[in-house]
Amino acid sequence: MSKKKSKQTLIERMGNSQIWKSIIRSGIPRTRRQRMHAILGSVFLHLHPARLPKHAVKIGYTWCMGGLSFFLFVVLTITGIMLMFYYRPTVEYAYTDIIDLGEQVPLGIMRELHRWGAHAMVLTVWLHMLRVFMTGSYKPPREFNWGVGVLLMTITLFLSFTGYLLPWDQLAIWAVTVGTNMARATPFLGNEGPGAAMLAIGDINLVHAGSDVRFALLGGRFVGEATLLRFYVLHCIGVPFIAMIFMAVHFWRIRKDGGISGPL
Amino acid sequence: MDALKHAIDLLSAPTISFTLITVLFPFVFPPGDWFEKIHRKLGFWRIWTKPGLYISLVLITLFFIMGYYDPNFNITLTKPDNFPIILLVYSVVICTWLSMYKAYENDKRMDRGEKPAEYNDPDDKVLVWPDLVYIEFIALIIFMVFLIVWSVLVAAPLEEPANPAATPNPSKAPWYFLGLQEMLVYYDPWLAGVIFPGLIIVGLMAIPYITTSSDNLSGFYSFKERRVGIFLFMYGFLILWIFLIFIGTFFRGPNWNFFGPFEYWDPHKLVPLTNVNLSEYFWVKWIKTGLPSNILLRESIGFISVIIYLGVLPVLLAKYVLNDFLKKVGPVKFSFFVFFGLSMLSLPLKMYLRWMFNLKYIIAIPEWFFNI
Ligand code: HEM
Repeated sequence: MSKKKSKQTLIERMGNSQIWKSIIRSGIPRTRRQRMHAILGSVFLHLHPARLPKHAVKIGYTWCMGGLSFFLFVVLTITGIMLMFYYRPTVEYAYTDIIDLGEQVPLGIMRELHRWGAHAMVLTVWLHMLRVFMTGSYKPPREFNWGVGVLLMTITLFLSFTGYLLPWDQLAIWAVTVGTNMARATPFLGNEGPGAAMLAIGDINLVHAGSDVRFALLGGRFVGEATLLRFYVLHCIGVPFIAMIFMAVHFWRIRKDGGISGPL
Repeated sequence: MDALKHAIDLLSAPTISFTLITVLFPFVFPPGDWFEKIHRKLGFWRIWTKPGLYISLVLITLFFIMGYYDPNFNITLTKPDNFPIILLVYSVVICTWLSMYKAYENDKRMDRGEKPAEYNDPDDKVLVWPDLVYIEFIALIIFMVFLIVWSVLVAAPLEEPANPAATPNPSKAPWYFLGLQEMLVYYDPWLAGVIFPGLIIVGLMAIPYITTSSDNLSGFYSFKERRVGIFLFMYGFLILWIFLIFIGTFFRGPNWNFFGPFEYWDPHKLVPLTNVNLSEYFWVKWIKTGLPSNILLRESIGFISVIIYLGVLPVLLAKYVLNDFLKKVGPVKFSFFVFFGLSMLSLPLKMYLRWMFNLKYIIAIPEWFFNI
């Protein structure tokens, strides 16, 4: 008996250990049953069904773009948390903290990973949309999930945009100034928007430079200290929170709409 | 070489490049039988074959290499923040090609009465563990390596500390919004920055509710049966979004003036501003009475044009051009479809009005911030 046991490979022995079995109940997934169980028994993997039609696992069909968008979101969350250890969102420190990230922090490529990852995510989300369109996967019964996707894309862009301000360099504040200047022109709600003058009580304008949507976005009349804080909070907590909710709905609906689309 | 660069500079001007790709577009993604015939005859279909892809990639690469060795283009091309746009160009070309290539293969199969390539026996499924989990794992590793290499090689940019008193020229929005910033040349911020982005979002979400091609065309690449839809979507995505981003990144210099890729960004380049409002055209140039002081009267021609465009034109379309479509989808879907379509068309339309007649605003009421 003991002789037979020593013939087991290292992996087999590991797979039969109490620790392994307590984590992955089925042991090393070898049989069909165990492999299905490996998916169903894991909170992460059970996002997937246990079995899929062949075309659905081909890179040529989905280009992996939805998956990569999600992967990048995770990478950005992790690197973002690390950046938060160093970065202080004040006009006094923001810029110098960013310099320190590159110069003082050992192996400091977190900022690079975070910035390039964010650019890459915008790309993968657009390409994902392209593939969903070109395969006609927005058609019923997936029309709602297409809509959720469009919102996810909007959220992704907004996440990227709020992050753009944080380095507090010339690139940052002017890009955000150009972007948020548009809000000034929002119909009815911006102080230079058509119709805003109509929202008045007698001679008192309700919508002016100190009360319009741009003011709400910036926390002031121009891009300054309050804007930095606002964008920081939105970027690190507010928008990711919303993104996660929409992603949960998105993934849930993929399964509920009959899994990945395919020809009938 | 200099002659070639000069030629590219000239061709890149939005007036020319935009016109060229707009005219060629229906022959590349033929939305109807007539276009399809020419698409076949002139060999445009070859774009969607393997040699087509290789040639496009070689041409794009040559263009970028030329740019790299050009003292002027090199400056914009090698900005760290512009690298994503180079990635964007390659990945959009490859992905568009891949989907059209597969679509054509499937169209051929279906002409022969076969099922699309994606079809497989419902009983013949693969296990997610290991088949998918491994693919995901490998994709993840490769992508992570790519990201790390990118991050090690290219430092994230950091310019001078923020200085509210020194406006850089040009000040550009982040690259993914440059399509909108480009729109600002033709439309005021309330349209280009608020209404159009809103319409893009709502319009995209509306797609599944207003299209008509059969629901059975879902789940595989195809073109023939969906050609009008694909044509419209691709025109919006490739031209009105990606191409405008490309222009905004590489061809817009100081004062948002146009510069060819190999041109020096001269901050003193003077472009005469001679744009004229429709009301001035009408009251001053044609009937020579001078502008009326009543705002509504002054802009009446503009209001009438907009009402004709958004109100009368759809009725005419419903009656004479798209009557089959109207019968198929009913008046509600039809109205939304035409509204979104005309909104999308209004961008190229205004571009040409500007280029051909120097038209500034169709309705110009700066008093109310209401300019169209
Ligand atoms: C943060 C952004 C997004 C993430 C993380 C994400 C993630 C995913 C994933 C993992 C899938 C599974 C199949 C695949 O990888 O293609 C998927 C499918 C899908 N996505 Fe997204 N997505 C995002 C944005 C979008 C956008 C912008 C759209 C459309 C406008 C969209 C529409 C859809 C639809 C309709 C499906 C079902 C496709 C099918 O069944 O073939 N998603 N998404």
